[in-house]
Amino acid sequence: MSTVDIDIKQATDDSHGGGHDEHHEHHGNFWTNYIFSYDHKVIGKQFLLTGMFWALIGVAMSVVFRLQLGFPDANLEFLRPLLGGWIDSAGKLDPNFYLALVTMHGTIMVFFVLTAGLSGTFSNYLIPLQIGARDMASGFMNMLSYWFFFLSSVVMFASLFIQTGPASGGWVIYPPLNALEQASPGSGLGMTLWLVSMALFIVSTLLGGINYIATVINLRTEGMSFTRLPLTIWAFFITAVIGLLSFPVLFSAALLLIFDRSFGTSFFLSEIYIGGEALSNVGGSAVLFQHLFWFLGHPEVYIVLLPALGITSEIVATNSRKPIFGYRAMIGSILGIAVLSFVVWAHHMFVSGMNPFLGSVFMFLTLIIAVPSAVKAFNYITTLWRGNLVFTPAMLFSIGLVSLFIVGGLTGIHLANAAIDIQLHDTYFVVAHFHLVMGASAFFGMLAGIYHWFPKMFGRMMNDKLGYVHFWLTFAGVYLIFFPMHFLGIAAFPRRYYSFTSFEPFGKFTDLNMLISVAAILTFAAQFIFIFNFFYSMFRGKIAPANPWKSNTLEWTTPRNPGHGNWPGPLPKVYRWPYDYSKPGAKDDFIPQNVPYSETKESNLPYEEELAKLEKEPKSNATKRDA
Amino acid sequence: MANESTVQTSSTTALNPNQTGSIWGGGESPMKAEYGKLMMWFFLLSDALTFSAFLIAYGVARYSYPAYEGAAADFVYNPDAYWPIPEKVYNAIPFFHGLDAPLIFVGLMTFILILSSVTMVLAVEAGNTDALDPDTKQAEVQKWMLWTIFGGIIFLSCQAWEWAHFIEGTEQFMTGITADTFFGANLTQNQYGPPLFAAFFFFITGFHGMHVLSGVVLNIILFYNTVMGTYRKRGHYLMVEKIGLYWHFVDLVWVFVFTFFYLV
Repeated sequence: MSTVDIDIKQATDDSHGGGHDEHHEHHGNFWTNYIFSYDHKVIGKQFLLTGMFWALIGVAMSVVFRLQLGFPDANLEFLRPLLGGWIDSAGKLDPNFYLALVTMHGTIMVFFVLTAGLSGTFSNYLIPLQIGARDMASGFMNMLSYWFFFLSSVVMFASLFIQTGPASGGWVIYPPLNALEQASPGSGLGMTLWLVSMALFIVSTLLGGINYIATVINLRTEGMSFTRLPLTIWAFFITAVIGLLSFPVLFSAALLLIFDRSFGTSFFLSEIYIGGEALSNVGGSAVLFQHLFWFLGHPEVYIVLLPALGITSEIVATNSRKPIFGYRAMIGSILGIAVLSFVVWAHHMFVSGMNPFLGSVFMFLTLIIAVPSAVKAFNYITTLWRGNLVFTPAMLFSIGLVSLFIVGGLTGIHLANAAIDIQLHDTYFVVAHFHLVMGASAFFGMLAGIYHWFPKMFGRMMNDKLGYVHFWLTFAGVYLIFFPMHFLGIAAFPRRYYSFTSFEPFGKFTDLNMLISVAAILTFAAQFIFIFNFFYSMFRGKIAPANPWKSNTLEWTTPRNPGHGNWPGPLPKVYRWPYDYSKPGAKDDFIPQNVPYSETKESNLPYEEELAKLEKEPKSNATKRDA
Repeated sequence: MANESTVQTSSTTALNPNQTGSIWGGGESPMKAEYGKLMMWFFLLSDALTFSAFLIAYGVARYSYPAYEGAAADFVYNPDAYWPIPEKVYNAIPFFHGLDAPLIFVGLMTFILILSSVTMVLAVEAGNTDALDPDTKQAEVQKWMLWTIFGGIIFLSCQAWEWAHFIEGTEQFMTGITADTFFGANLTQNQYGPPLFAAFFFFITGFHGMHVLSGVVLNIILFYNTVMGTYRKRGHYLMVEKIGLYWHFVDLVWVFVFTFFYLV
């Protein structure tokens, strides 16, 4: 059992230490410090590294199926050492494995990279640091959360290697395709492992989410009212709430599906014929599964996106040297998106069989999401407007996110309309839309976050030059991949098809598909610049100054390599909101949250002058910013 | 546990006794709610959504089949034609073979579970009060925890009997019995109604039963810790309150399960 005092002492001892490699605590051992650690910072890094591992696999999978789509006649014999029997004797990719690749790419990217890798990393790492807490509310549960995720990862990873291949019925696992073993090779053991893995994943998400919520509500340092929280924390907080309410419904659906698959029930099955023979299942409803799935599935989009938007808010304000435009509007839009995310799920099911009236209700609600989304987009642009922009790699990725979010969001307005969606449903138009608005956007947010908080995480700076190269290649690559897909979609290319060569009218798009595949390969290759930069800088990067981005939030008031407990002395007190950048009259162009108003006479506004007076009184009421 | 105390220390270091600001202003727990209690509430919220999804799925299945339209007196089981009337399915009590006692047994079960919630309230109350000296307090908490555990076990036992009877089947309300007639129920077929009727019954009451079982296990741990004086040394019985929240939640869910399966 450790106490905070010991941790504090160590944090002080370590604060003058050299690099990350020289940093180790003087109690505990390798296992308690780096493997089964309770420290939120270590757990955040564990999520990050696992997420990066999955990102590599997930994106590599997409490269393999892009090879098939862009070069349908190519000989893929060179992949045999990697894929073995999934390359047939003619050097072609096995069609069943193609479906498995698509399925696993979706599953891995949505859940393992952009949920666990993004939320898991930054919620864990930043919540205690930015609200001024020693650690998460329950370090033990936090550790469990990571290890459930790890177990879930192991199960999913194992499913890639089994003889029948991983799950292959699409990441949405609709029954009956995914309920019946006869449907495809991947629908057997692969699907069972998928469900086991997801059940573990949901447990991990809930453990983490409950912790994030309790921490944000209960452990804020003195003065850190909700209206002084950095927008990152608001985003992580609401993300956790959304996850808490939506993942259990996926859990229900998965459990019912497990019973259908393994114990002969017919919750989602009815009147199915296989090879002319009727199955005994009657009475179930496949559409019910879709409803349950999308009740999670749609909020999941915001679970993926909101943390990225929160990270962007922070980075854009810091590097524009301006207060975020419309702080409260930003909070309002996060809340609005959260509420709306629960009432729009059936827009994924316009072609699944639904009362047209209900369709128009969901269409209307979906279109309303454009309002809070636009609030966010406009606020980013107005924050950037006439700011003293500092183009760090993190800033570039954040601006990139805004760009992708707007472009992808615009097609969301098309797809929200049932009449148009019926044309475009399950085409590459949809693929383009969600990859831009949620996939690439969230991925950019994640990269931005890594570039921005790397100095805090590892005490060293990442290389800027490599960051710029990485950004421009990725930015151009993402647009080259996904923008042409809109045209494929309008030309009615259905998604998830193995090959289009047998459809004459699709022939004229061969070049376009080839372009997309080449762009995908180059973009994937560009990520290795980042991987190199990440690991090289971790050990050999420039030593990071205390506050490299001249940022206001509390994490930059900790020592360079904070120990468990984060602050060596007492917790910092908070006197102001986190966006006092370029305040007129101020000495510097930033005033950290822990600087009292009484020390910044030159820049105080009249009502802040009142607050400054209150700071001096022992019974201070300094917590109310705008009393 | 070790870490729990670490974090409690850390959260109290930030406490300013002089602070008179808003309770949401940071530096203290809003509403004086300890973080563990908060976590329990949020867990229950998410568990409530799990159960909601199950019950909604049940509702969808229930209403996709026609209800029985005839007179109650003429009711017979007919798996192909309609969903059965609950009074005609859950009408047995132990030792009275062939007796038609609609919902008596499940009513008793429900009553026992709710009583165990009452004893849980008394245990929490005994733990929270300042009026008792530590010895009496511990004894009171022990007593009421024991009653709660007892109630939970009785409920589970009743459920076991009910399941056994449901699985075994009955010749009541059956017509045209032949040598091939299927009696009782399993996950794929049952004598009472459509296959989904029994599948949902097993699934949802089973899922709830698992919750009660974990509740009983938690209560036994609580009881053990109380007897060993763990909470007495800790100075508060907050853990009883937190597990109590869970126990009440499980009861509340049963009320919904009861309504869905036995009343409508």
